Amino acid sequence: MEKFLRKNAPAYVFLAPWLVGFFLLSIFPILASLYLSFTEYDVVQPPEWIGLENYQYMFEFDYRFWKSLQVTFTFVVVSVPLKLAFALAVAMLLDKGIRAVGWYRALFYLPSILGGSIAVAILWRQLFDYNGVINSVLRFFGGDGPYWLSDPRYSLWTLVVLAVWQFGSPMLIFLAGLRAIPQDLYEAAEIDAASPMRKFFAITVPLLAPVIFFNLVLQMIEAFKSFSGAFIISGGSGAPLDSLLFFTVYLFNEAFSFFRMGYASALGWVLLVIIAAFTAIAFWTSKYWVHYENERG
Amino acid sequence: MTDASSTQIVAPVAVAAELRARRASRNRRSAILKHIFLIAASFIMIYPLLWMIASSLKPDNQIFGDLGLIPTDPQWSNYSEGWNALSVSFTQFFWNSGVVTVLSVIGNVLSCSFAAYAFARLEFNGKNIWFALMMMTLMIPYHVVLIPQYLTFLQLGWVNTYLPLVVPRFLATDAFFIFLMIQFFRQLPRELDEAAMIDGCSPFKIYWAIILPLSLPAMTTAAIFSFIWTWEDFLGPLVYLNDIKDYTVPLALRMFLSQDSVSEYGQMFAMSVLSILPIILFFVVFQRFIIRGIAMSGMK
Repeated sequence: MEKFLRKNAPAYVFLAPWLVGFFLLSIFPILASLYLSFTEYDVVQPPEWIGLENYQYMFEFDYRFWKSLQVTFTFVVVSVPLKLAFALAVAMLLDKGIRAVGWYRALFYLPSILGGSIAVAILWRQLFDYNGVINSVLRFFGGDGPYWLSDPRYSLWTLVVLAVWQFGSPMLIFLAGLRAIPQDLYEAAEIDAASPMRKFFAITVPLLAPVIFFNLVLQMIEAFKSFSGAFIISGGSGAPLDSLLFFTVYLFNEAFSFFRMGYASALGWVLLVIIAAFTAIAFWTSKYWVHYENERG
Repeated sequence: MTDASSTQIVAPVAVAAELRARRASRNRRSAILKHIFLIAASFIMIYPLLWMIASSLKPDNQIFGDLGLIPTDPQWSNYSEGWNALSVSFTQFFWNSGVVTVLSVIGNVLSCSFAAYAFARLEFNGKNIWFALMMMTLMIPYHVVLIPQYLTFLQLGWVNTYLPLVVPRFLATDAFFIFLMIQFFRQLPRELDEAAMIDGCSPFKIYWAIILPLSLPAMTTAAIFSFIWTWEDFLGPLVYLNDIKDYTVPLALRMFLSQDSVSEYGQMFAMSVLSILPIILFFVVFQRFIIRGIAMSGMK
């Protein structure tokens, strides 16, 4: 017993803050939100058990729930691949012994680091205003820009552009991955007169697959969770016509504008399940296209 | 005879030199093209930020539709008037943000390095299970735990204080930082701990006197990201702070949008610029750490 204590006591002392946080701020809230999702709760009255009604209503009648799913899925499916494509393309340009690489890296990364700030969200609103910078550029080239923010056909694309603009962090991870690919593979391919296209698909992509996978999962989770930009640009409501009703914005409004805490908890659990499912699918399909160096043979 | 043999030897060398020269000039040409492309792309990337800075110095009627980056008649008053444009001055907002951010950074670095030290350097029963659970928390979206956390803090009477924003930071809730530090601590040679143990050092002494000083790069990275994320945080303050006197800078900025008079764009941009200034300064000073940190851990 004394030996057991001597071995474990110091470690658990160090773990204590995390353990308290883990139980009080992760495990308990998750279970509590599961419980609340089966109740109707407006903070004033005690929660009232209603079984599956929240979920039933959500799936059968709540067109805004489906709308918010559609908006969020569209955003994820469009912005994540675009962002990763930009990140990889620029990383490849920066890879091979180019001068001033530090400057480029920093400049391309800067938008990522400011990405979550309200200042940038406000800036975006003005850039895409009907009289804003984007339309001025379009007019310069003879085009006529639309009402980006008040036309529901276009509003989501402004947020896609905002997300893609922040390709800097996957780019840095791609750069680190590209550095790890042995150069003699490319030299051997050159001797065989392989085209750049062929080199990219036969060497770069397979050897970079674990990094591509890592970036894909990370950016996907981030995209599902994105909130501030949509909240600010839509004025907090998901307007116009719910075209910016991101899942997180809908959840926030249900919880903190209308105090439907039970329903919002159900929404939260749906988000958790969606993210877990997408991550699981990504891991499952990765067996077929991601091969790790030490697994081979 | 001698001539022939010498040309025979010279010719391939000359050809090789010619080929090399051609390749060098081709490389130089492609390098120049690459640079032109990269410079153009960098300009497009930072143009929105430069435009924001320029707009912060323009009179309101010149902001819209003006692509120019040089204000003809700099309106420095946008800054002084913007600072006091809301019913509470930005002195207060910056102070609030500063308090929350500094406490959060201290909390994150301390508590996460504690947990990381246990996971990376100590042996204990149940280590693998705890580690797996810790890694799973990385995936939980904040929105799922937000409502019960809010209700708990409401019960405790902590809403409208900074406690809900700061206390969780002292409980190592950002598993990203734990993970980052574990990766770093593992690289340090084990012999250090063993030698110190033989000299009679306690685990706490080892953590404090050996691991922490050697882990300055990891600590700095965690501190920088913790600073930036807390400084930019919008959802947390939006949920927990209702009194304008307690607002952090992002909440204050949002008030410019909800104001009825939408004519003060210059002031709004001036305050926007000031709000990201600390981040830009951090970025310029600690750029190396930030870039290495992200490549190492894949953080946002």
